[in-house]
Amino acid sequence: MSSALVFGITGAGLIAIGLYGFLIRRNLLRQIVAFNLISSGIFLLFGALGARSLNGGSDPVPQAMIITGIVVALSTTALAIALITKLHGQTGRAELLDEREEDDD
Amino acid sequence: VNFGLLFDIGLCVLLLGVAFAAIAARELFASISLFIGFGLLVAIGWVRIDALNVALAEAAIGAGLTGMLLLNASARIEGAAQGRLPVRLLPILLCTMIAAALGWSIAELAAPAEGLVPLVERNLPAAGVDNAVTAALINFRGWDTLLETVLLVVALIGIWSLGEDAVWRGRPGLDQTVRPDGVLATFGRFLPPLGFLFGAYLVWVGSSAPGGAFQGATVLAVMWVLMMVAGLSEPPSVGSRGFRWALASGPLLFLAMGLLGIFHGGFLFFPPNFAQEMTLLIELGLAVSVALTLGLLLMGAPRRPA
Repeated sequence: MSSALVFGITGAGLIAIGLYGFLIRRNLLRQIVAFNLISSGIFLLFGALGARSLNGGSDPVPQAMIITGIVVALSTTALAIALITKLHGQTGRAELLDEREEDDD
Repeated sequence: VNFGLLFDIGLCVLLLGVAFAAIAARELFASISLFIGFGLLVAIGWVRIDALNVALAEAAIGAGLTGMLLLNASARIEGAAQGRLPVRLLPILLCTMIAAALGWSIAELAAPAEGLVPLVERNLPAAGVDNAVTAALINFRGWDTLLETVLLVVALIGIWSLGEDAVWRGRPGLDQTVRPDGVLATFGRFLPPLGFLFGAYLVWVGSSAPGGAFQGATVLAVMWVLMMVAGLSEPPSVGSRGFRWALASGPLLFLAMGLLGIFHGGFLFFPPNFAQEMTLLIELGLAVSVALTLGLLLMGAPRRPA
């Protein structure tokens, strides 16, 4: 068992934990935290696969793509948080309603 | 006994535990704090698999900036949801299956291949920089990075467009009044000179050692935000034309360099003779405009008149 494999499996675990939080939590900020855990898991999985090379060292191309991914995740998070703040400012809620609940309004 | 492997297993158990705690924590503040801690632990993980450039990006952007954004939002959204994590059988089953399928497919992969390492090593001299990750970011996979920098600006435009009509083109953030001898005022004066120096160093060193435009820009951005929060620097008004050009300058410079490449073989092709100069120029241009963009992403939509 190599270190790269350990980190790869951890990445898979992080994706599952984040996904569960994303599915179960209703508060939008908590969903953002979960979303970021999923992306961390995907990056770690990808990076671990790039670190399996025989001669040691980590493949630089996945590293560059992961750095791009981290910046993209930050941009999405920033925009999503601005939308959530706006939603909260206008409705006082930080959750999305079910369609069923919306019919009751 | 392989102590390195033992350390990695311990770190991974900790990572999974902290990630679960961030999801399960009853209070939002605890969840965000755990998430920031998680980001720093992942950065240690990146060091362990020899990805130092990613470790810097994860610590600065993944843990630092994302954590700041979340903390700021949680302070503005009062009475944020608290509560125990519900146990739902079907989602647990689904998530376990996904983790098992992913984990199994990694474990079953054929013997490690060399991947792109030899290809990168062969082409590194033509890229003009010694840091292979910087070469991959700016040169080999320039398209990704160009679009990423455009995306940053687009996200900022999206955030600005959420401002109220009354403060349209106004300034982001609150009018800061800081106690003159308080911690924030002292900290705001003491830290930025060191921080700016370190940020500039990270950008500069990125061509030959771990570091680079994005990691350095994050440090610069945070120092700028600290100065704005400490009331030492007024945030620019969103309508300022010169400032908008400064934000777009990095991607525009990158685009211009890419177009120059057309005369030498194709879009985003950097001729080996000039690759070093072009890469450095792009890195410097990106560092400035990305730092400004990140700083304003943290400040959010305009909230007061210009």
